[in-house]
Parts: sequence; structure tokens; C-alpha cells
Amino acid sequence: MNPIDIANQAAARANEALTLAEQARRLAEAAAPVAAAAEPFLLLLTIFLLACFVGYHVVWNVTPALHSPLMGVTNAISSVIVVGAVLATGLSDSIAAKIFGFLAVTLASVNIFGGFMVTRRMLAMFKKKGS
Amino acid sequence: MAQTLSTLAYLVASVLFILALRGLSNPETSRQGNLFGMVGMAIAIVATLLKPGMGAGGIVIVLAGLAIGGTIGTVLAQRIQMTSLPQLVAAFHSLVGMAAVFVAAAAFYSPESFGIGTVGNIKGASLVEMSLGLAIGAITFSGSVIAFAKLDGRMSGSPIIFKGQHMLNAALGALLLVLVIAFVITGSPVLFWLIALLSFALGFLLIIPIGGADMPVVVSMLNSYSGWAAAGIGFTIGNLLLIVTGALVGASGAILSYIMCKGMNRSIINVLLGGFGGDSGAAAGPGAGTADRAPVKAGSPEDAAYIMKNAQKIIIVPGYGMAVAQAQQVVREMADLLKKEGAEISYAIHPVAGRMPGHMNVLLAEANVPYDEVHELEEINAEFADADVAYVIGANDVTNPAAKTDKSSAIYGMPILDVERAKTVFFVKRGMASGYAGVENELFFRPNTMMLFGDAKKVTQQIVQSLQK
Repeated sequence: MNPIDIANQAAARANEALTLAEQARRLAEAAAPVAAAAEPFLLLLTIFLLACFVGYHVVWNVTPALHSPLMGVTNAISSVIVVGAVLATGLSDSIAAKIFGFLAVTLASVNIFGGFMVTRRMLAMFKKKGS
Repeated sequence: MAQTLSTLAYLVASVLFILALRGLSNPETSRQGNLFGMVGMAIAIVATLLKPGMGAGGIVIVLAGLAIGGTIGTVLAQRIQMTSLPQLVAAFHSLVGMAAVFVAAAAFYSPESFGIGTVGNIKGASLVEMSLGLAIGAITFSGSVIAFAKLDGRMSGSPIIFKGQHMLNAALGALLLVLVIAFVITGSPVLFWLIALLSFALGFLLIIPIGGADMPVVVSMLNSYSGWAAAGIGFTIGNLLLIVTGALVGASGAILSYIMCKGMNRSIINVLLGGFGGDSGAAAGPGAGTADRAPVKAGSPEDAAYIMKNAQKIIIVPGYGMAVAQAQQVVREMADLLKKEGAEISYAIHPVAGRMPGHMNVLLAEANVPYDEVHELEEINAEFADADVAYVIGANDVTNPAAKTDKSSAIYGMPILDVERAKTVFFVKRGMASGYAGVENELFFRPNTMMLFGDAKKVTQQIVQSLQK
């Protein structure tokens, strides 16, 4: 076999490899958006389910006498939704988003302050009595 | 603040929230738990405000909202009477629901802020999550408004029922699903607001058929919804903290609803279908006329004071009637006097006594009753057998022995406090009316029961006066 043939064959193989690589690239490109969309969602879903389990176990340990304060605290912390409102108000240029953000911040703040304060009042009553 | 730092701050806040709930496992650690919650919330808000790209104008708006809302919330929390706690909590739930609606709207009109697309071109997955957060938020809002109105007496506590109600709700539910699908496909703002409106209507219709006595379940359920709404918004904007917190709150509310339902031996479906406990509900079972029964024995506060003075062991059973009459303080005074006479006092609390989970415990704590004297049903039920006196104050259905024996009774199977086993039962009550379940209490006709007719506070005050003599 002369060197030219070998060179030609090598070139042909190289071309094939290139075609394969190109195909692989196209496939990867086609799959990317799906994976990109699914991955963060799956991650968030995992976090969500794990948090449900944590919540389940923690709440069963709450003593029944403190179920009212529990509602007070959960009510206050569910207002963490304020984070979404702050992002909308601060990051956006849209007037509509700013207005909705402001309304949401105001409502959630009533809850945050009111919820924690009323829980504090309740819990202050559960102090061990000296007598 | 860089992205990683704010994510880290959110993680710290999530852990602090978990610790806040954990603190409530014991009254001693509970105040620290509440503090953890406050610190967590502060970290979350500050970390968000320090994110890169926050406009100064936006920050001013946020601070203004915080100041206005914070002032209103603080004033409300300081002024509210502990007997009105259930209304306050219902009102607060409605605010979370409405806030979720507004955040969903903000995300819809400014998707760039959350990296979920551009206006009119939001990712399909985000639209699904957005419509979930929106719908649950809106249902939470209108449902809580009704619960508030019922609890606050602005609206009759009796169920509102009409023909085809469940069909209508099912149809509206199906329509909501169709709207959500159409919204995800088209992303149209009209559909966004239609979903909001329909969900408001649905929340309203779901709560009106539920009677006043089932409010502990409703309040817990709406608590749960407010959590799921927050989680839905968290998925929409891809925020870990909202998802974790929403899951915690959702799980907590669901567990409380379950405990309340178990306390009434009813399924959550049965409660939600409503219609239970009408003011005009048919009293007593058919044929169970009162004619063949022993007559009701009514006593005076002086008689009660005399008997209790000589009792060794007294169990006090508070119910919603005590809250209505604001009698918790005077009950504690009575208990103090009886303790001086050498009696052993304890309090027995049924899981569904009052209008929200743990309501009675808070009222007794407010009146300075030491919490180690207050017991749950399972702990204390066996002790009624050797108690000299059971002092039932405004608790009716939860003490009705018919729940154990009468299969035809609406409350059959409900776990009750075995007050009838005590040597003497004093039953403080305004009149002979039946409880919320519309069932007559056969306890009234037992030979060892003495009725003390009158306002709970006045009757107890008169007992206190006789004891002081």
C-alpha cells in the first residue's frame, strides 16, 4: 500500500468522525433545552418534597398546647412571599410590576409584623408561673 | 450581593424557619423559636434588597410598603383580644393569599425580573406554576375572607346551602382547569385575570357551606393553602426559600386539619362538603322525646360553690362558651380559691374546643393558668372517673356521651371528654339549646349533672363570691 492511499483512507475516516461528531453535536443541541428546563425544575421539586417531609416531622413534634402559636408563626413565615414582591419591585422597569409589587409588599408586611408580634404575645403567656 | 451569597442567605433563612417550628415543641423553647423566625425573615428581606440590579426607586417603594404594612400589622397584633385570635389569623391568611395573587401578577407583567422569559413570551412551565400560585392564592384570599366574616360574627355561622351547590363547585373547578390550560398555551392577560376571578368565586363558594363549629378545620386548611400558594410562587420565580417555606407551612396546616378532623371523627371531605351544624338543624333524634327522661336538675352558684369547696379533685372543661363570655380570668380566680381549700385542679381540653387549634390553651395561659395544669384529651380522660367535680364551661358537643352510645347521633364516634364519670358534673350554659352539631346533650339529664344556667362569666363570678364568704 502506498502512502498516498493510507493518507486518503485516513482522511476519509477523519471525515466520517467529523460527521459523527456533527451529528452528536446536533443531538446534544436538540436535547439541551429539554434538559435545561427539566433540571432546575427537578431540583426545585426535590427540595420541595424534602421540605414537606421536614415540615411533617417537625410539626408532629409541636405540642398541642402550642397549636395556636404554631398557626401564628406559619402565618408569619408564609409571608416570605414578600421576597418575590421585592424582586418584582426592585428589578423591574414595568410600572404594573412595581404597583403589584408594592401592594404585595404592603400586604405581606402586615402579616410578617402582625404574625410574629401576635405569636410573641401568645408565647409570653406560656411562661412558667413562679407561684 | 452576588447571586451565591443571596442563595446562601436564603438557605440560612430556611434553616431558621425550620428551627422556628421546632422551637414550638416545648413552651420553654418556643420564644426562642419565634425569634429564629423573625431573624430568618429579616435575613431573607435584606439579602433580597442587596441583590445586584436593585434600583434605588424600587428599594424606596419596598421600604415604604414595609413601613406601612409593618405599622398596621404591629398595631393589629397589639390591640387584638385573645378571644378574637381566630378571626385575626383568618384575616392574616387572606392577606397572604392576596399577596400571592399580586406577586403572580408582577411576575406576569415583568417576567424578565425573574428570568422566566419576556412579556407575552413566558416559558410554558413557568405559566403552569404561575397559574397554580395565582389560583391557590386567590382561593386562600376569598375563602379566608368568608372564614373571617363567620368567625367575627359579621356573617351567620350557619352553613349556607343551596341546591346543586356541589355540582356548581365541580363545574367551576373544571372550568378553572380549562382556563389554566388555555392560559398556558396562549399566555393571554385576559385569561390570567379570569383565572383570578374564578378562583375568588371558588374560594367563596367552598367556605360558605361550612358551619361555625367546623371553623378550626377551615382555619387550619386555609393555613395550609397559604403555604401551597407561597410554594407555587416559589416554583414560578425559581426561588428556593419560597419553596421550602411554602412546603413547611403547607405541611403544618395539613397536619393541623388532620388533627382537627380526627378530633371530630369526621373526614376532611365530610367537613368540606359542609352543611354540618346548622342553627336550625333538627335537634335530638326522632322519637327521643324528652318526656320520658329524668327532669333536668338546675342548681345555683351557691350550691356549686358548696360542693366544690368540699371536693378533692376538680377538672375544669373549657369550651367556646368560655371564650365568648371572656370568662378565663374569673375561672382562674375560682381555681385559685379552690386550691386554697385544698382541692387539686386540672383543666381538660378537647382538640376541637374553641374556634382554632389550641385556642383554649392560649386563653388559659392569658389568665395565668400554669400550663402544666392543662391537659389534652388522651392525657386526662381516664382521670374523670376519680374526680369529684367536672366543671364544664361552655363546652357542649365535646362532652356529649351520645357520641359513645347513640349510633343515630350526628356526633357518633367523636372522641369526647368522659365528664359524666365524675361524681358531680356542673354544666354552665346559657339555656337548654343544643350545641353546634344540633344534637341534644343527654348529659343534662343524668342524675349526677347539675345545670348552672346563665352567662359563663357571671355564674363563675357568683361562685367566686360564695367561695370568698
